[in-house]
Amino acid sequence: MPQATLLQAIHDTLHEEMARDPRVLVMGEDVGREGGVFRVTEGLIDRFGPDRVIDTPLNEGGIVGMAIGMALNGLRPVVEIEFADFIYPAFDQIVSELAKLRYRSAGLFTAPVVVRAPSGGGIKGGAYHSQSPEAYFIHTAGLTVAMPSTPADAKGLLASAVRGPDPVLLFEPKALYRTVKGEVPEGEHLVPFGKGRIVRPGEDLTLVAWGAMVPVASMAADLAAAEGVRIEVIDPRTLWPLDIALIEESVNRTGRAVVLHEAPRTCGFGAEVSALIQERCFLRLKAPVGRVTGYDTPFPYALEKSYLPDPEKTACAVRAAMEF
Amino acid sequence: MNVNRQEALEYMRKMVLIRRFEERAEEAYGQGRIGGFLHLYIGEEAIAVGAMAAMKPDDDVVTHYRDHGYILARGVDPKVVMAELYGKTTGVSKGKGGSMHLAAVDRHIWGGYAIVAGHIPLAVGLALANQYRNLPRVVTCFFGDGATNNGTFYSALNMAAVWKLPLVAIVENNLYGMGTAVERASAVSDIFKKAASFEIPAVQTDGNDLLGVRDTVRTMVEMARAGEGPQLIEARTYRFRGHSMGDPQRYRGKDEVEAAKERDPIVLWRRSLLESRLATEDDFRKIAEEVEAEVETAVRFAESSPDPDPSELCANVLVPG
Ligand SMILES: Cc1ncc(C[n+]2csc(CCOP(=O)(O)OP(=O)(O)O)c2C)c(N)n1
Ligand SMILES: [Mg+2]
Repeated sequence: MPQATLLQAIHDTLHEEMARDPRVLVMGEDVGREGGVFRVTEGLIDRFGPDRVIDTPLNEGGIVGMAIGMALNGLRPVVEIEFADFIYPAFDQIVSELAKLRYRSAGLFTAPVVVRAPSGGGIKGGAYHSQSPEAYFIHTAGLTVAMPSTPADAKGLLASAVRGPDPVLLFEPKALYRTVKGEVPEGEHLVPFGKGRIVRPGEDLTLVAWGAMVPVASMAADLAAAEGVRIEVIDPRTLWPLDIALIEESVNRTGRAVVLHEAPRTCGFGAEVSALIQERCFLRLKAPVGRVTGYDTPFPYALEKSYLPDPEKTACAVRAAMEF
Repeated sequence: MNVNRQEALEYMRKMVLIRRFEERAEEAYGQGRIGGFLHLYIGEEAIAVGAMAAMKPDDDVVTHYRDHGYILARGVDPKVVMAELYGKTTGVSKGKGGSMHLAAVDRHIWGGYAIVAGHIPLAVGLALANQYRNLPRVVTCFFGDGATNNGTFYSALNMAAVWKLPLVAIVENNLYGMGTAVERASAVSDIFKKAASFEIPAVQTDGNDLLGVRDTVRTMVEMARAGEGPQLIEARTYRFRGHSMGDPQRYRGKDEVEAAKERDPIVLWRRSLLESRLATEDDFRKIAEEVEAEVETAVRFAESSPDPDPSELCANVLVPG
């Protein structure tokens, strides 16, 4: 299988999906001639032309709103928001319009829009180029929210999103764009929504992490292994709908769970995962479900390192659960 | 020329200060001492310097993220500005804001804003408060051509016009929003025309002509102060550097950039001062030396300042309870 970075996998998948289906369009600020701020859409305009790779004005609300109309009218728009932090001007269009169409029309119509947005920290971007806003959207019924951590999953989730019947938000961990390399299946490769993945098996504790925190979880698992603790790392891949069955089965075996995410702690998605675990595995739990998260602060500029979870902080939470 | 020697040299000093400050910031960025994003104002200095010269020191200012020029033109010490870029405790916001969010409330600079066009309604609110409190202050709001394609631009101008608020919107049309040329993203390339739908007085001016900017801003700020409602200025300019650091600038040719540099605002100002005999080469040499020392001091200050303590991370989310 060929190797690719996460970024390359997303690029190639957009290319493949556009070649497969003429209804698929890519749109956003500087996605055409510039190939996007992170160069994810590089070259697509040369192959598919400016009618299918649309450079838009700076207007996120307008872009997403327009994509909804296009999707209602038979197209398959894939919107790029330059940074997930700029999704808020489009928040209203996403939560008020996009998320509710299928429900309020009793299934008569829906808008299969894909919104891609690079999220998370690690590039010293400060308050407005680093955020992880997934929980806001998970809270809104009617949206599928996914976050890949490997090139293969990026391909599979994006392809499923483009082909699927409903709106999907794909948050892409920008810290992993060029730092993670992996095998990507050639040809058709679909990762179904709502199916998680066991990154590494273990018997003593279940560590649930997504996006850029998956490699951190693996490093924490290495640290724990040195102390004789065998961690099972689970990447849900789709945050909503969540593969709670996979997590439940794991925690019932290990009896301990820690959730790890970059977003702030309070009402972060870790809170929901933790609640689901205790509802389903209460009698098997040997320790409270731990959380390792960002802080309840705006994303800092100078203190980014202090803010972000890392293997050591994760190992601390693991130790606390083991020694409880 | 409607300018005395002292003013003329002060304008020159400020433009050179902004230029050299940013060139040093660029170096520091290259060395990894400044992180994240750095948007240089090089080529556009005449707008900040001209506008600040036209305003009263307590007129309020709200800006976009390409914001090093305004705060330096207002006279804030380059040391604390550089320290902010470095993310040090001695910076204007203790390193919590960084390059894009520079503020100096004692100088009525309410900050740079990284969400494009997100700050325009804030400027309207500051103006409404000035009107409500019977303060004679005008608010100026700076942003780029790209920002005028966003809904908040229109809704903000509409509100300002409905209540005849003391607001002057200054659009720096540098012909590009990131990699998108203005005519590819905006239905009208002459941005000032957008104000017509709100019946807001608007003019287009050469943003590289320092005195032209100053006098236009002065006229419109005084109209706003006199109760004639919001005003809009489109200052045409050109950014000599990439959108931010690391921009390969494939959207424009080298010749285009070189041609634009012929109209470098510092060069233009220097020429008119020599022609009008308001200044000599000696004056410029002296300014260059003084600025060099000032910027060097700023860099040293930033480099020798302490990093914030991790305990600062959770401070200032709300008032301490
Ligand atoms: C809401 C939002 N969308 C996108 C961006 C990314 N972005 C930053 S600056 C910029 C272009 C702005 O152009 P313009 O307003 O002309 O200002 P200039 O940079 O030319 O000074 C873009 C697209 C952002 N910061 N905020
Ligand atoms: Mg511009």
